Amino acid sequence: MSNGASGIDESIDAAEGISAEPVTQWDLFRTRLARHKQARIAAIFLALLFAIVFVAPFVTCAERDAYCGKLLEHPATQLRDPENGLLLVQNPPSTTRPFGTDDIGRDVLSRVIHGGRASLTVGLTTGLLVATVGTIVGALAGYYPGAVDQVLMRIVDVILGLPLLPVAIVFGSLVPQIPVLPAFLKEGAWVIAFLLGILLWGGLARIVRAEFLSLREKEFVEAARAAGSNDRRIIFRHILPNAMSPIIVATTLVVGTAIIIEAALSFLGFGVRPPTPTWGGMSAAGARVATKGFWWEFLASSSALVATVLAVNFMGDGLRDALDPTQTIERK
Amino acid sequence: MTTGKITEYVADGGPEDMPEDVLLRVNHLVKEFPIKRGIFFKSQVGAVQAVSDISFQVRKGETLGLVGESGCGKSTTARCVMRLLEPTEGQVYFRREREVATADGGTEVVSDVVDVASADAGTLRALRRQIQIVFQDPYASLNPRMTVAGIVSEPLIVHNVGTAQERLEKVKELLAVVGLSPEHTNRYPHEFSGGQRQRIGIARALALNPRFIVLDEPVSALDVSIQAQVLNLLQDLQEEYGLTYLFIAHDLSVVRHISDRVAVMYLGKIVEFAERDTLYDAPMHPYTHALLSAVPIPDPELERSRERIILEGDIPSPADPPPGCRFNTRCPIAVQGKCDVDEPLLTQMGEGHWVACHFPEVKKVF
Amino acid sequence: MSDVLLAVDDLRTYFATEEGVVRAVDGVSFTINRGERRGVVGESGSGKSVTAMSIMGLIEPPAGQIVTGAIDFDGLNLLELPEDEMRKVRGGRIAMIFQDPMTSLNPVYTIGQQLIETIVLHQNVSKSAAREIAAQSLADVQIPYPASRLDDFPHQFSGGMRQRVMIAMGLSCNPELLIADEPTTALDVTTQAQILDLMLALADDRGTSVLLITHDLGVVAGFCDTVQVMYAGGIVESGSASDIFYDPKHPYSWGLLGSMTRLDAAQMHRLNSVRGAPPSVINLPEGCRFRPRCDFALDVCRERLPLLGPSDVEGHTVACHRAAELDLKLVTSEGAPR
Repeated sequence: MSNGASGIDESIDAAEGISAEPVTQWDLFRTRLARHKQARIAAIFLALLFAIVFVAPFVTCAERDAYCGKLLEHPATQLRDPENGLLLVQNPPSTTRPFGTDDIGRDVLSRVIHGGRASLTVGLTTGLLVATVGTIVGALAGYYPGAVDQVLMRIVDVILGLPLLPVAIVFGSLVPQIPVLPAFLKEGAWVIAFLLGILLWGGLARIVRAEFLSLREKEFVEAARAAGSNDRRIIFRHILPNAMSPIIVATTLVVGTAIIIEAALSFLGFGVRPPTPTWGGMSAAGARVATKGFWWEFLASSSALVATVLAVNFMGDGLRDALDPTQTIERK
Repeated sequence: MTTGKITEYVADGGPEDMPEDVLLRVNHLVKEFPIKRGIFFKSQVGAVQAVSDISFQVRKGETLGLVGESGCGKSTTARCVMRLLEPTEGQVYFRREREVATADGGTEVVSDVVDVASADAGTLRALRRQIQIVFQDPYASLNPRMTVAGIVSEPLIVHNVGTAQERLEKVKELLAVVGLSPEHTNRYPHEFSGGQRQRIGIARALALNPRFIVLDEPVSALDVSIQAQVLNLLQDLQEEYGLTYLFIAHDLSVVRHISDRVAVMYLGKIVEFAERDTLYDAPMHPYTHALLSAVPIPDPELERSRERIILEGDIPSPADPPPGCRFNTRCPIAVQGKCDVDEPLLTQMGEGHWVACHFPEVKKVF
Repeated sequence: MSDVLLAVDDLRTYFATEEGVVRAVDGVSFTINRGERRGVVGESGSGKSVTAMSIMGLIEPPAGQIVTGAIDFDGLNLLELPEDEMRKVRGGRIAMIFQDPMTSLNPVYTIGQQLIETIVLHQNVSKSAAREIAAQSLADVQIPYPASRLDDFPHQFSGGMRQRVMIAMGLSCNPELLIADEPTTALDVTTQAQILDLMLALADDRGTSVLLITHDLGVVAGFCDTVQVMYAGGIVESGSASDIFYDPKHPYSWGLLGSMTRLDAAQMHRLNSVRGAPPSVINLPEGCRFRPRCDFALDVCRERLPLLGPSDVEGHTVACHRAAELDLKLVTSEGAPR
């Protein structure tokens, strides 16, 4: 093709009005997310939490089951059992033990920190699994209406129809007994993470399917087809990037849900087994003694749980706003 | 059924008798969309015939305008020609050009006729290099998550043309051709105005040096002054590269400006087909009369003195087209017992002028 | 009773957006007489719809704000009217028809319920009397079987029929001013002809003034007595329809007319298009806003914003520094004198 069709005199003028610097989708996304105050705070909180939960235990000497070695160090804060007058090992918060100790004298702060690992492992692993399986199934169902769609969506219906807690409880106790599984999969947190991954992808698959159903009718997809692109290229290069926003947002919310369900299972005694600390398990233990005035273990572990889930959900809110294509700044 | 003989203008027939100067021949094209009911076991309860048995041909280097109101099947026709939709019946013959090896080790370009509608995947992919499309909506037709370079080079990547560096050069060249600055390759579509986006869409269509471009309402979404720029660009490109256009539009004045010949569609049928000036100056089908008389002309005196033919009612549903002539329910000159019983066939009324009406008459509408 | 029904004076409506302040309407003044049919032409972003919304009091703070200006409607200053008074004017004395009839009708109520609600709100009548008025207004817009169609829902009507319903709703209270914002843009051309003819006849019967906003110069040519051309938030030219169409004095109106493909014109090789694109309403150019696209611009056009002023023709005003010296009728697309 020779350069420059003749007579397009108004040509270069047609390029007027474009700003000097390219504004990428990423720029837009960052500006909008930065403007979302709750999401900003949530992001800082989550970053700190990650640092503390996954890094701090290696850097500091805080051990998971650190016992309060010198029980009598602070006699003033030492409590006695109101019934028999015996000294208790469960110390209230003090300067050396900011969250106090639990009923067998372990430092609650270090247990809350270690317990966060289970929660975050479950949240992130489940999120990753759900995003992968849900996206693939949803994409295939949305792009190939007909038999593929019918079969996949009936599977989704079954998955969504399963009663979550009973199934998780039953399989949670069965899975570790399967001999062929690698050892790490038999640890409490991982079992739950994979179980929840399998149980929670249905919702995301439906969202992705709906997204694909509408995107596949868009003219830019027809244009890709007219250019000769094959299905794989259309699905992954043309449609999927446009479906990322709902996938990211829905996944974030799944992370929050997974953390709560893990806590609930551990609270009920079906999740991660003691002595491995989890927020749910600590809340259960704390709740048993809270009525006797030993409130701090329950307060510390459940606050950590609530704060984390809130932060994750705020993050999801912020992402939704930042990624919402209807907010795209239109050039008028 | 259209049973007219093969002529230079309206055609039905196979690939063997397709004249040398004809690039595209649409032969008895039908497109039905099934209507399905039921929740678990969907069963087909009927069909919408969006395009019912139309035939036409496009000559090399010309612009054929296909006009009609919404729901007349013009966009469906475009998508069947592109094979973005699978035609239910009929053929779309295209005269393709291919490089083939000769006995002495060189190559030569030979042309032969293939049916787009029944081509296998490999043939179709190769055909995509010669047939391209520009869409109506400059906002929906560009992938918002891709840069201009990505969008325009997509056809090149898919057909393995050149290296990454060569493709980028080609993209810059194409942007210059359509009147955009070559520096804008790393920008996203949302940074451009509607007219600029439509230019990007045109650049994409030109990337593979096609011979035939389907223009599906390419200017209807644009402001008037921008519309004129894009129309000028399309005409310049046609001249420069010897392109053949199938121009789909609902705006009859735009079609008059750009087309050499015009087909008017109503409810899935071609009702009139003629050279441009014949169609506008001496239209014969009552629907064409009404359509032309309804288009406003930017001239107050002429506009106020014109007689307007106001049609009664709305376009019937294509799921349940009226018997006989499809226009009979709204036609001012319909004759009961004839028009609602017999379907009029496209009949030659003059040099290249075909009309599907039992009572055709020339009427000037402005 | 004075002849002037509506007087808009130096209206400025701004919007705060993420990118900056959008000066959507920036210094617009015009009057509409009783019974006058006024066309407002302009491309997207010219401020024509925002002008209409400002008159209707539909600008929503805090994003949108009428910064200065006065809108005088038959002696009432609409900008200072309390909201409950304004509600009586809106839909009662001034009615508005929008582009998309599907979104302006509520899909969960029948046409009758929506019509009757409007009528009861603005006229002191009983429900049953309102129903009769509603049926009559559907009959006025030539909807067959009006009495029974009152009980149908919006989705049971076609696009053209829905726009008829909107007109019926707009005219049911005998407004003095009807604002129609692109009323036929979403419709097919044969339906557009039906709707325009209908609107013309009904407005004529009742002596209603009409403000017709459109991008289609052809529609204006057939329908309007007077025309104002808007560009980038301001009026660049205003006059009778024949002034604007046969003797445009602003290079933009002239360019716009030259850009139009015409049904009655055989093919010219090239359209006489206006180069470039409208400016961003956030970053308006200094001086004349049309200057970057204008073939006739001088240094003065860069320095000062031209104001709408009289020309040598009575009632024909234009905002161009060179209006007096340019004779655009003589300029062809090939030879634009610099």
